[in-house]
Amino acid sequence: MSDTALLRTENVRKTYGDKVVLRDIDLVVQPHDVVCLIGSSGSGKSTLLRCLDLLEDIDDGSIWFEGQEISDPRVDARAVRRRMGVVFQAYNLFPHLSVLENLTLAPRKVHGVDSTAAEARARELLESFGLADKADEHPDRLSGGQQQRVAMARAIATDPALLLLDEVTAALDPELTGEVLEIMRHLAGEGTTMVLATHEMSFARDVATKVCFLHDGAILEQGTPAEIFESPREERTRQFLRRVLPT
Amino acid sequence: MATLATVVVLGVLAVVVVTSPGWPRVKATFFDWSHARAAFPAVWKGFGKNVASFLIAEPLILLIGVLVAVVRSTTSAALFPLRLIAVVYTDLFRGVPTLLVVLLCGLGLPALELQGVPTDTFWLGTFALVLSYGAYVAEVFRAGIDSIHPSQVASATALGLSNGQAMRHVVLPQATRRVVPPLLNDFISLQKDTALLSSIFVFEAVFTAQDYGLYNFNYTPFVVVAVLFVALTVPLARFTDWLGRRMMRRERAGAR
Ligand SMILES: Nc1ncnc2c1ncn2[C@@H]1O[C@H](COP(=O)(O)OP(=O)(O)O)[C@@H](O)[C@H]1O
Ligand SMILES: [Mg+2]
Repeated sequence: MSDTALLRTENVRKTYGDKVVLRDIDLVVQPHDVVCLIGSSGSGKSTLLRCLDLLEDIDDGSIWFEGQEISDPRVDARAVRRRMGVVFQAYNLFPHLSVLENLTLAPRKVHGVDSTAAEARARELLESFGLADKADEHPDRLSGGQQQRVAMARAIATDPALLLLDEVTAALDPELTGEVLEIMRHLAGEGTTMVLATHEMSFARDVATKVCFLHDGAILEQGTPAEIFESPREERTRQFLRRVLPT
Repeated sequence: MATLATVVVLGVLAVVVVTSPGWPRVKATFFDWSHARAAFPAVWKGFGKNVASFLIAEPLILLIGVLVAVVRSTTSAALFPLRLIAVVYTDLFRGVPTLLVVLLCGLGLPALELQGVPTDTFWLGTFALVLSYGAYVAEVFRAGIDSIHPSQVASATALGLSNGQAMRHVVLPQATRRVVPPLLNDFISLQKDTALLSSIFVFEAVFTAQDYGLYNFNYTPFVVVAVLFVALTVPLARFTDWLGRRMMRRERAGAR
């Protein structure tokens, strides 16, 4: 690939048994893009994110990342995952480790950073995420919003080229979503490249460079937030937006 | 109230035993203070062997248990032969009574006259306990490993950790914490099962007591041994209870 795209998928198809979960997925992510995947539950957003991180094998099509075809079975999946960060809806922090250790595990064990440097970087991140005083706590002492912020910090502690976020605010009480969205805005402002599945339409409208509407495993429509939210082409998109947007 | 009921029940039981027709004879053969004193030095020395066998076996059992459990939780095709060995091992040694394993190791292994195999039955018996309990403890660890939610492994994988690293740094530490109470229970049981070494003529506490009984027609040393075992196991049992309660409180606190 000679173009500048950080990530590109072509005709990606994914099935579970007889069920086609993703079809004809063509997606281009440029550096510093914030791509929001929207669509109703079951439309395939999580599966797409898992395929991008090679946590799932695709059935057909190809995925290119940093100029390499990562859907090639000979590619070392671990080397690819080292360059991507993922945050899950349920945080999935390691409960037996302190917040600081959650952040330093991958840098030390996977990236070969020495503990002093890893800790310094982790503390710096916690500081900027408003969690400086939580470094030595265990995750179960933290609120949901704090845990999700720790999960974000953990995902970027390895300086990934691409950050994948799967409905990171969906499990949170409404009053806690704000603090996590704030962090995401902050990261977007710093130029972090992100692909995220979200139900936060106002966030998508304000921050996204591109919005993709998924329906039944296909990207039915994609464009700038203005295009998708102000003048959607597809009737399905209009129906979905009518349901999720306050009128 | 409950305490009072317990005292009453125990009191009634004691009266039933003490007033039974055979009590005077039982008292003379099992509860004779002078025999207790006379046998104590030898029994105490024998009990040292029980404790030594336990202390040697325990770390080896933990090691085997973890290794076998980890092998069984692998999925790669290349490790299939190892997995098979692990499955056969656990099935075999959980099925065969520990006493039989002790007898077979203690009497069978030396009969092979192999170079380098020790002939001291203390070591052979301890080896048998390791084999037998290793299989139990492997199953305990395996249950612990299975109880860790797959999302933990997904998280580790997404961070770029290898399967081995995910096991070592994420799954095993959490699994181990969960299985500490059942493991301690197995170790209480192991402490008692060191008495099985008496079946292959190791001069541990029970064999010593038996020996004394045969020569002196008095079985008080058995009661002495029983008291020693209780004194050894009760602290560990209390510790297990305490740990279990503490972990339960933690889990509840974590589940807010
Ligand atoms: N492991 C799986 N096995 C079978 N079907 C699955 C699996 N994971 C997801 N699916 C199905 O794939 C479809 C897309 O799911 P998902 O990607 O989770 O959607 P979304 O994240 O948009 O809610 C759903 O119909 C779901 O039932
Ligand atoms: Mg989802």
